[in-house]
Amino acid sequence: MIRINCPYCGERDHSEFSYGGDATINYPSLDASEKEWTEAIFFRKNIKGFQFETWHHSNGCRMWLVVERSTVTHEIKSVKPCHPDLQRVVENNK
Amino acid sequence: MKTRRIDNYGKINRDKILSFRWDKKNYKGFEGDTLASALLANNIGIVGRSFKYHRPRGIFSSGVEESGALVTIGSKDRRDPNVRATTQELYNGLEASGQNAFPNVNFDLAGINNYLGRFFAAGFYYKTFMGIPPLEWGKGTAIWMFFEKFIRKAAGMGSASGLPDPDTYEHAHDFCDLIVVGSGPAGVAAAVEAAEKKLDVILVEQDSLIGGNQLAENDFDNSQIKNQLENLGIKIMTRTTAFGLYDNCVVGLLERVTDHISAPNVNIPRQRFWTIRAKHIIVGAGAIERHIAFNNNDIPGVMTVNASKHYLNRYGVLTGKRIVIATNNDSVYETAHQLSEAGANVTVLDSRTNFEIETNKSFEIRKGYVPYNINGSKKIDSLDISKSETINKSETINCDQVLLSGGWSPAVHLLSHRGVKPKWDYNNACFLPSDTNENITMVGSSRGLWNKNDCIASGIAGTTDALNRLGISKTNYFFPKPGGWKNPIQPLYEVKYKKSRSKSFVDYQHDVTTDDVRLAHREGFISVEHLKRYTTLGMANDQGKMGNIIGLSLMAELLNKEIPEVGTTVFRPPYTPISIGALSGRNVGKHFRPLRVTPMHQWNIDHGAKMIEVGLYQRPWYYPKENETLSDSYIREASTVRKTVGICDVTSLGKIAIQGPDSTEFLNRIYSNGFSKLQVGKARYGIMLRDDGIVMDDGTSWRLAENEYFMTTSTGEAAKVMSWLEELLQTRWTDLNVNVTSVSEQWAGVSVAGPKSREVLNNCVDDSLVITNNNLPFMGVTSTFLKGNIPCRIARISFSGELAFEVYVKSDFANTMMDLLWANAKKYDGCLYGLEALGALRVEKGHVTAAELDGRVTIDDAGLTKMASTKKSYIGSAMRKRGVLKNNDREILVGFFPTNLKETFNAGTIVCEKNNIKGQGIGRITSVTYSPELGHWIGLGFVKGGLDKWKDTNLVGADPVRNKQMDLKVVSPHMIDPKGERMYA
Repeated sequence: MIRINCPYCGERDHSEFSYGGDATINYPSLDASEKEWTEAIFFRKNIKGFQFETWHHSNGCRMWLVVERSTVTHEIKSVKPCHPDLQRVVENNK
Repeated sequence: MKTRRIDNYGKINRDKILSFRWDKKNYKGFEGDTLASALLANNIGIVGRSFKYHRPRGIFSSGVEESGALVTIGSKDRRDPNVRATTQELYNGLEASGQNAFPNVNFDLAGINNYLGRFFAAGFYYKTFMGIPPLEWGKGTAIWMFFEKFIRKAAGMGSASGLPDPDTYEHAHDFCDLIVVGSGPAGVAAAVEAAEKKLDVILVEQDSLIGGNQLAENDFDNSQIKNQLENLGIKIMTRTTAFGLYDNCVVGLLERVTDHISAPNVNIPRQRFWTIRAKHIIVGAGAIERHIAFNNNDIPGVMTVNASKHYLNRYGVLTGKRIVIATNNDSVYETAHQLSEAGANVTVLDSRTNFEIETNKSFEIRKGYVPYNINGSKKIDSLDISKSETINKSETINCDQVLLSGGWSPAVHLLSHRGVKPKWDYNNACFLPSDTNENITMVGSSRGLWNKNDCIASGIAGTTDALNRLGISKTNYFFPKPGGWKNPIQPLYEVKYKKSRSKSFVDYQHDVTTDDVRLAHREGFISVEHLKRYTTLGMANDQGKMGNIIGLSLMAELLNKEIPEVGTTVFRPPYTPISIGALSGRNVGKHFRPLRVTPMHQWNIDHGAKMIEVGLYQRPWYYPKENETLSDSYIREASTVRKTVGICDVTSLGKIAIQGPDSTEFLNRIYSNGFSKLQVGKARYGIMLRDDGIVMDDGTSWRLAENEYFMTTSTGEAAKVMSWLEELLQTRWTDLNVNVTSVSEQWAGVSVAGPKSREVLNNCVDDSLVITNNNLPFMGVTSTFLKGNIPCRIARISFSGELAFEVYVKSDFANTMMDLLWANAKKYDGCLYGLEALGALRVEKGHVTAAELDGRVTIDDAGLTKMASTKKSYIGSAMRKRGVLKNNDREILVGFFPTNLKETFNAGTIVCEKNNIKGQGIGRITSVTYSPELGHWIGLGFVKGGLDKWKDTNLVGADPVRNKQMDLKVVSPHMIDPKGERMYA
């Protein structure tokens, strides 16, 4: 079982979380072209190794997190809030 | 019957006699026995019939590796098949029987399979019954389907009861610093060392007693160890198997709580499924002794050497009188010694020629000798032996038992669960655990240490390793080198001597013979994974614990390679079988999933509601009067709503509070239709799309104040929408000042619908002025009070197409609200209506729900193009016009009438053109109901091209599943009051 160290709640089982997706996507603006949106939605890298991905602590604090996880070993290097302002707060409180 | 029990041996309690039944006869054993030791003591040699050939099988081992003594325990709904007799503790009244035999294991009619053996080689069934030569008769799946049930019956093991499991099971959780698996000398040393260093330790032992293989020693007494462990505060879990290792040092345990008790307390679970979250794992799981493949090496009376030692010293059972031990290593000599001391006549055949061993000469050693054939069928009569260099018949020894030791395989299974491949050790002829970066340390004989002192040293080193990795200490340590015997082992996996029609077994479990491995090689199944699947080597209960290495060595020899080049299959959890009951725990029956009820749940039931599950929710389905059926009831309810008034619990809708200065902008981005101009005091129906332009959900949002909205979602998508809004705000639009809060549980909602609904509400609100048509027009919202000073929110929203209101109060006031509304609705001959009537009303109006918005439908498909704003961009606006979504032949929402209005149809019906009834047709019907208003059945659904294309064409509804077919015509989905005059009334 993967254990995720939620910056708000502490280390919890992955069953408390829901998987989101690729955390590195920069979603285009709403008025962007179909092509840009197609790139953002459908084209994904299939990374072997560490990748940044979003997880939602859906059965916990309800925060969306960026998790740096190895797709090979499930090792997790870092967990941060998705929201940049909250990232800064968590960093400062360390 | 003569007993094999001998005096002055064993750790059983001879004062406590237990009676048990085996194959319908009564026997006696002692407290401390396993079923296997009690059967052996009672001189029962045959305990089962083999998987394929129905050969008589006895007890091969004394532990979890057992693949012969698989029996059925218990009866009726407590019948438990394929239990290893070697690990089943004896209790008073235990009932057990042999398997895979008719009429019984001693005389089995299917034993004829043994003589047809050459037809039953690996792959026989599949090759033959896929089409029988010479004409490939029955080629295809039909013949296999026909024969399969007979084959499965003939080649099976025990059968399940087929009845509901009467026992309860539990899921439990625990944390610790260190979990130690195995209580042999290594595990105990590790646990003690860790506890002394102040770690929080759990020690897990699959046996009922701690001690590991020391329990096979004559002079071993575990009481002192137990006291020491307990005094150190170590949590000892016996009868508990660590069945799997998972990510982040999570260990799965199965605790057998009552399987050893004759009449367990019904309040105690039968088994507990533990999830342990540890910081470090030490595995001292021991090693498993292998057998040797040679002709008839499965005759009852064949056993591993260590098992015989166990039966002697732990259970006081001498398993044979004239015993031959065949070996290739030093581990057997102590046993040989003790067996002869206990009164057996022992001969040791050692395949090695040059070695020194100290003995007291109480038994004969034949250096350079191997066994090559056992004579006998239901028991051993004699053993043919030969010089190991060239196998030719040289000598026959009369004996009643053959004990085998082909070397030892460390139990690397748990480490293998983590994807760590074991490495082959030539010196010790076994796979050893490799190193891992995870916090897992292997100790004792599971890292290939054969003597006790090395095991103890490795346990202490293991804990030091753990302390270092946890950052508690920085101490040097070293593990003893694998091995520990005085003389090196000489690899011996198979004694090759071809005697016609005899079988030499590699894996007893599924009757895999040396010939099967050779056949697999001839036919090209040379990868270990193919070998496994083709021959079933290493499958089923024991997962190849004894036989796997032998199979690998044979394949290596055939390929002219070394064993490590051939590889080993990956072990996966569970280490030993787990009952399905333990996996499901308490999540069975009503507790299979959580139950959600609305705050007026009991009120609904008290007022006659029949309930239906919608997702996790229980919702009122219909409210039958007297003898009404479902259809009588919903037709009456829907008619009443259209005629007077009805009340329906709609609390299960998702409800989200949206607050903050950017709330309007937020809604304008997530809904396809415009929200920027929605006034305070108004609600709007909105559709949300996904990024890819498909409809996600629909609902309403009410503007309560400048910066505050109340959003409702569909029941089924409530959780998804909430997560989606949070995701957008936390990941994409982090500059928006908006807060979203789920308030689904906080508000109870009802719909009051029908021409008389305003009159009913007039009597229920404090100030009836607030709900006049002027003050609360269609889609108007107000926050006001119900009588009794109950704050409420009322919106004039209609799902039924009638004049209607949704009324929300805080959940605590739900029953009061229902009493108040119902008392007044009754005055107007109103009714309570459930989901079925709600469905009828909305289908009549052509309103879509999850049945239509199934994740494949665009806003245009749903006939809601006017809901897609052209003045703004929103989620999905770029993608909803992409190629495939703009095809002309997409399925568009329409209504359906049967051409013959007396006919009915069902949801799921496929719509086809006349004379072209096939495949997916041109559309489908998604929702149907009887329409009380129209007086016949109607449906909603989709058809390619929509209404314009098909409105004057006769189509056919094909329903092959129900064997129905009817003529259909396509109509507008708005089947009643298309202009909405009633809603605006």
